[in-house]
Order: sequence, then structure tokens, then C-alpha cells
Amino acid sequence: MELAPAVTDLEQLKGHPAIARLLSWNPQSVEGVKFDRDEMTIYVERSAIREACALLRVDANCPFNYLSDVTCVDWYPAEPRFEVIYHLLSMPNKERVRLKVRLSGESPTLESITSVWPGANYFEREVFDLFGVRFSGHPYLRRILMPEDWKGHPLRKDYPVEGYR
Amino acid sequence: MAHLTPTPTLEPGQDKTMILNMGPQHPSTHGVLRLILEIDGETVVRMMPDIGFLHTGIEKTCEAKFYQQVVPLTDRIDYLCPMTNNLCYVLAVEKLLGLELPPKAQWLRVMMNELTRINSHLVWLGTHALDMGAMTVFLYCFREREDILRLFEAVSGQRMMTSYFRVGGVSLEPPLGFFDRVRKFANRFPSKVDEYEGLLTGNPIWMMRTKGVAKLSAEDAIAIGASGPTLRGSGVDFDLRRDMPYSGYDNFKFKVPVGKDGDVFARYMCRVAELRESISIVSQALDGMPSGPIKANAPKVVLPDREKMKTEMEALIYHFKIITEGFAVPEGEVYQAVESPRGEMGYYIVSDGSAKPYRVHMRSACLANMQALPKMCEGYLLADVVAAIGSIDIVLGEIDR
Repeated sequence: MELAPAVTDLEQLKGHPAIARLLSWNPQSVEGVKFDRDEMTIYVERSAIREACALLRVDANCPFNYLSDVTCVDWYPAEPRFEVIYHLLSMPNKERVRLKVRLSGESPTLESITSVWPGANYFEREVFDLFGVRFSGHPYLRRILMPEDWKGHPLRKDYPVEGYR
Repeated sequence: MAHLTPTPTLEPGQDKTMILNMGPQHPSTHGVLRLILEIDGETVVRMMPDIGFLHTGIEKTCEAKFYQQVVPLTDRIDYLCPMTNNLCYVLAVEKLLGLELPPKAQWLRVMMNELTRINSHLVWLGTHALDMGAMTVFLYCFREREDILRLFEAVSGQRMMTSYFRVGGVSLEPPLGFFDRVRKFANRFPSKVDEYEGLLTGNPIWMMRTKGVAKLSAEDAIAIGASGPTLRGSGVDFDLRRDMPYSGYDNFKFKVPVGKDGDVFARYMCRVAELRESISIVSQALDGMPSGPIKANAPKVVLPDREKMKTEMEALIYHFKIITEGFAVPEGEVYQAVESPRGEMGYYIVSDGSAKPYRVHMRSACLANMQALPKMCEGYLLADVVAAIGSIDIVLGEIDR
């Protein structure tokens, strides 16, 4: 039951294809990295996420061509409050990478990646519906699981489990 | 959900087209799905799925439960493959904990997981054929499904909501004679698949309804995030069991069936071939079933045996502590994906170091596959929509969670 400690040193991890690609494109786009339990996490600068996804999708060495998942975590009351999480998969190389964007609690907005993967459409709508994170450039950003006239965003940590009564 | 009147974005065109509401209570939508269709005569011009009718907020509920209490919730997400969901969740928690499993637990899990896949595919095949008017197949499929449900009941005490896999192993040792029953089933089953195929595969009516219908190209399938047989039917050779093995799948030999046309027939053939591969994996698991414990050696996480709990002080204390306080999981996050009958089922779990998960997110294969539905149906006839829905094998409980 021994867990290896997480590696967060960029120097040690910059050999990873996704990190190397992002660093060679724009060193400012990588805010941090983490390698924990055999999973690589890259913290991406908020304004760079769409371009970062577009680059990684067609990378020559290790194309992360498949978007597995988009989701979000609420760290209320800490700031930055939200983390939007993208799980990418490279089908040819059989490798996964996780991209993370940190967002402040006040009007959390970031660019939609539906122009890179059309499949992000429903996932982003779900994050919008349940967390209230807005995606600019999304073709149809409306509630998907909750009723249209619902008040609040249920998966936020300040939303009670039993709902408002 | 909400907008029960046709949504404003799907207005009828200049007096040529009309809006048709299919569902939410339509029998062929396999649950509660509403499709808003714009049709020109009988041709579908545009389609918009409307989901969320079965949303229960399982992800929110998980945040208020101990790690071990989440297992029964995962059954209820996708009620046709409870063990696959159990497996995905427990693998994720085990990865967070850094637990090593004994081989017997892994092999048992693989065996039960493949029986679950057969169970799910049988329901799919039966209802898919029923939707298109082939009643007999449904009865045949449910006959064999009954056998599998009896096996589930024998091993876990439940037919559908099994909760058989636990963090650190499986809940119980299989009863005496269980493996013989599985063996009998595994020997009998391939001839039953021949029977289903005899009714459908070469049937001219079936071929007319499915060949060249609701096509999806490989590029579209990848871009949209489709997975499982929906992806493989389009000719993409990718299966998580083989390509990114988990729970000891690398010990088994099996083929990954791949179609090439991307139509309803290709997806049908993929799944039927998977039935045969799954039963061969079950046989392999029976042949090589290792002996030994079924639970990991981690007293702070895994409940002690009943016998020990009643005779040993230490076991009693651990039992009491796990039940009342849960077990703490070290801080971190993992994403664990498994190949469910419908595609990539993924659990993303964030731990803050306490005994309750900070966040549990389920990546639903159906949710992504469903986005392919408008692409499949637009340009085809209204009757083909039913074939297309059946061919992506949706379970609305999993989509809405």
C-alpha cells in the first residue's frame, strides 16, 4: 500500500510528449504539471485551452486524438474556485493526459473546445448546467440535465445535497 | 429536459417540413428519451435529442457517502451492466489507495464482468430486434439472460443490482457448484448465439432494415467521442480491454471484432461477435481460475470475514471502524476507464484525504454515443431512427445519471 509521492517538477517531466509540445509552442501556456499514480496532469493557462487542445489533437509524435471527458470540480470556498478538467486519450500511443484549467468563482468563463472536438458539446453543456461555468463560442449552451427553469447549479459545493426547499 | 414544447431552435421550415416529437414515452427509446425531429415527408432533416428525464443527481449523492457506500449507487447508473460499473468504481478507488489485488479476485471480476457484458448484449439484441418487428429473438435472448441472472443471484444474492465487487476484492466466495453452473452455461451458449444469428444475420428483411442505414464514418465517430461497438462498427480498432488492460485482462486471449461500413448492420455484427468472444473469456477464466483469497490484505479497508469478526477482537474493531467511520483515502485524483458493453465507461474520483469522495464523476459512454445519433439519422427515413437508436444501445439511466 505504498504510494509514490507526486512529481510536480516541470524540469523532470518536460520529456512527456504533451508537455514538450505545449512548451515549444508557448511556455506561458503551462502553469504547472503533476505526475501522480501514473497519471499526468497539465495545468493550462485559461486563455490557451482551445489552442492547446487543437495542437495536442494533431501532434505528430503522440496525437491525443480522442476526447474522453470534460468535467469540473468545485473547490469552494478556496480560490480559484473551479477546475475544469479535460481527459484526452491518444489512441495510437495508448496514453492519457489530463488538462486542467483553474477558474475564479466570479463569472467563470472559458473558451469552448467544440470547434476542436464536436463531442465536447454535451460535456460542456453538462458542466454549464451543474456548475454554472460558461463556455464562450459554444453552439448551444443551455441546460441539459436539469429543467430549463431550474435555479442554481446542483454540483456546486454551496448547493445543499437535499436541494433548496 | 424542461422544454416540453418544441424548442425554439427547431422551428418548422417554410411549410415544407414539420416538427415531430418522438418520446419521451416512446417504446423504442429504451427509457425516457425525447427526440425532436424535423421531417420532410418521411425524411429526417434535423434531429435534436432532449435528455435529462432520469436525472437523479447520483454524482451529488456520492459526495455525501463513504467510499464503500457508493458501490450500490453505481449499480443503478447503468442497470444492464451493474458489475461493469462496480468494477470501474472499485478500480478507481483501489488506484487511489494503491491496493494490490490477489489474482483470484481479479479473475473472478473478469469472469463476472464478461457475463455482465453478455447479459447487456442480450437485452440489446432482443429489444433492438423487437423494435424492428422481430419478436422471436426477444424471447430467445431473455431465455438465456434468465440463466445469467440466476448466476448473479447465486453469487451475490441479487439478480440485477448486484454490488458484488467491493473495494479490495469481491464481497463473497462463490457458492459450491457455482463454477460448474457457469461452465454448463458457457458450453451451451455458443449454440444459442448461432440460433439468434440464424434468425437475423442472413434474414433479407433484417438486412434491408440495417444495411447501409444510419452510417457513421470513422472520423466522425472519433471526433464525437463515440466508443465501444459504435466506434468499432465504423472501423476503428480500439478496445480498452486489449489496448489499456485493467484488472488482469492482459492474461486473456480474445479478438476485438471490428466492422467497416459503420452502419447498423456493422454494429450488430460487432456485438454478436463480442458475445462469442465474451463467452470464450469466461471459459478461459474458468480454466485458469487461481486459488487463494478473494480479498486484498488490507484490514483497514476490507471488511473481515464474518467468522473472524465473531472470534477475533482485532477483526471486530476493524469491522466496527469501517462501518461507522469508513476508510480514509489519501489525497489525489484518478481517472479509471473500462470497456463497458456500450463503450468507455470512466470514473473520475477526487479525494481530499477524508472517508468520503470529494467528487465522483462518471464518464458515460452513452452520452457521447448519443451525440452521434443526429449525424446518423439526418437524411434517412423516420423508420430508420428506430434502427439507429437500437444500434447505439442506449441506456438512459447512464446518460442522465
